[in-house]
Amino acid sequence: MTGDVDLESAPYWAALVEHRLVLQRCGSCSRHRFPPMPSCPWCGTTDTDVVEARGQGTVYSWVTVRRPFGDAWAGEVPYVIAAVELDEGCRVFARVDVDADDVAAGLRLDARYVDHDGWSELRFAPSAP
Amino acid sequence: MKAAITGVGSTAFSKESGRSVLSLAREACRAAIDDAGATADDVDGIVSFSVMHDSVPCQAVATALALPELRFAIDADLGGQAPCHLVGLAAMAIETGRARNVLVFRAMNGRSGPRVGTMQFAGMGAQYRYPIGYDAYLMYCAMWARRFLIETGQGVDDLAAVAIAQRAYAERNERAAKRRPLTLRDYLAEPLVVDPFRASDCTVEVDGACALLVTSAEQARDAPHPPAVVASAAYRAGPRSGLDIGDHLLWDDYTRNYTSLLRDELFGRAGVGPDDVQVAEIYDCFSSTVLIGLEGLGICERGTSGGFVRSGATRLDGRLPTNTHGGLLGEGYLHGMNTVTEAALQVQGRAGARQAPRHDVAVVT
Repeated sequence: MTGDVDLESAPYWAALVEHRLVLQRCGSCSRHRFPPMPSCPWCGTTDTDVVEARGQGTVYSWVTVRRPFGDAWAGEVPYVIAAVELDEGCRVFARVDVDADDVAAGLRLDARYVDHDGWSELRFAPSAP
Repeated sequence: MKAAITGVGSTAFSKESGRSVLSLAREACRAAIDDAGATADDVDGIVSFSVMHDSVPCQAVATALALPELRFAIDADLGGQAPCHLVGLAAMAIETGRARNVLVFRAMNGRSGPRVGTMQFAGMGAQYRYPIGYDAYLMYCAMWARRFLIETGQGVDDLAAVAIAQRAYAERNERAAKRRPLTLRDYLAEPLVVDPFRASDCTVEVDGACALLVTSAEQARDAPHPPAVVASAAYRAGPRSGLDIGDHLLWDDYTRNYTSLLRDELFGRAGVGPDDVQVAEIYDCFSSTVLIGLEGLGICERGTSGGFVRSGATRLDGRLPTNTHGGLLGEGYLHGMNTVTEAALQVQGRAGARQAPRHDVAVVT
């Protein structure tokens, strides 16, 4: 990381370093979108705003990785990756700090940020009840 | 004028071929030409696909086969949708007179060389997956599978049923990579790899090559084997299909895939319905895609595919023999090219110990 960062995604990654989650919002149909891209995948409009997201969402689906794929993950398993439906209406993939037995579709999540060497990760944890 | 598949060819499948991909491709293509009763001079088209340059270009195969010329060639950078799509394009080239005989092949040292399942795909969507450890194809399909099982009220037993039914076919298939019988107890004893998948839910990667020859129905009349007529082909990428081969952030509904989108066009053009299908070969990089495919194609009502498989309906003596080579789960991952060659063999009535009793209409994805 973070060699794959491109001109579209740079503002997203830069915001994460500041522990902020930003999304693109279509200037025409007002839909939020992720990943960042030059135009709206619903209406095709290029007019785009970058807005701050609340950092809350729900689990749409998830996997629990129990066997590591590569040495880097040997100390991490088991870990949960979820497709998180943000309250703004678009999805992100993220690690969820939760016991695998406690995940369910619809589980409410709050964003947290984990700093790594040279980049910051968007992660989630279950919302406080 | 319809096109037809008249011959198929393949190499052995192995863990380590010790050969170049070009050598594998040449052998499978040569075998398909011979099987069709054709000669190299008849072939004027080759189409193939690869992922991250793991294969050889069509021009190299044309050179190795000493073809006089190519009038039609496609080197597609695609995944498992490619075999059927390329057969459809080959048929279109033949139907429009752009080519007379087109080879379709896939060749790969898919086990000893670059392995598709864990390949780091270059792509704009990759930057959001790899850094967080979401970096293998089985993780993506597991993500789809989980939501599919939840929404359709199905579960682990339904995934298991697919793996078990297909293993029974693999036992009858001499070249299958996994031939040891599989029971539900065996399945449940396997550790979860990426929950909800166990090893038996996943394809087994192999080295090898598969090819087939597409020709005109008119020429097919002179071929040594009965033709497998391409009655219809359809391709579909739905809305917001993402930025690269592994991206599924914008796909609305993980419980439905391309099969539900192309079903009406596919069956409509052929003039048949899902109930008319007698053999099904459904792309199965993972067990879950068989269930999603059976429902997407309209063969099963939503939420009933697991029960369909558990009832024995997909076995050789069942209502709809399915993935009769053992599928990619049992025979091996020739990236779906072996799924299409199996469909051709079934329609031609040449599938030997795993031949379906009724085989006039097959669907393959």
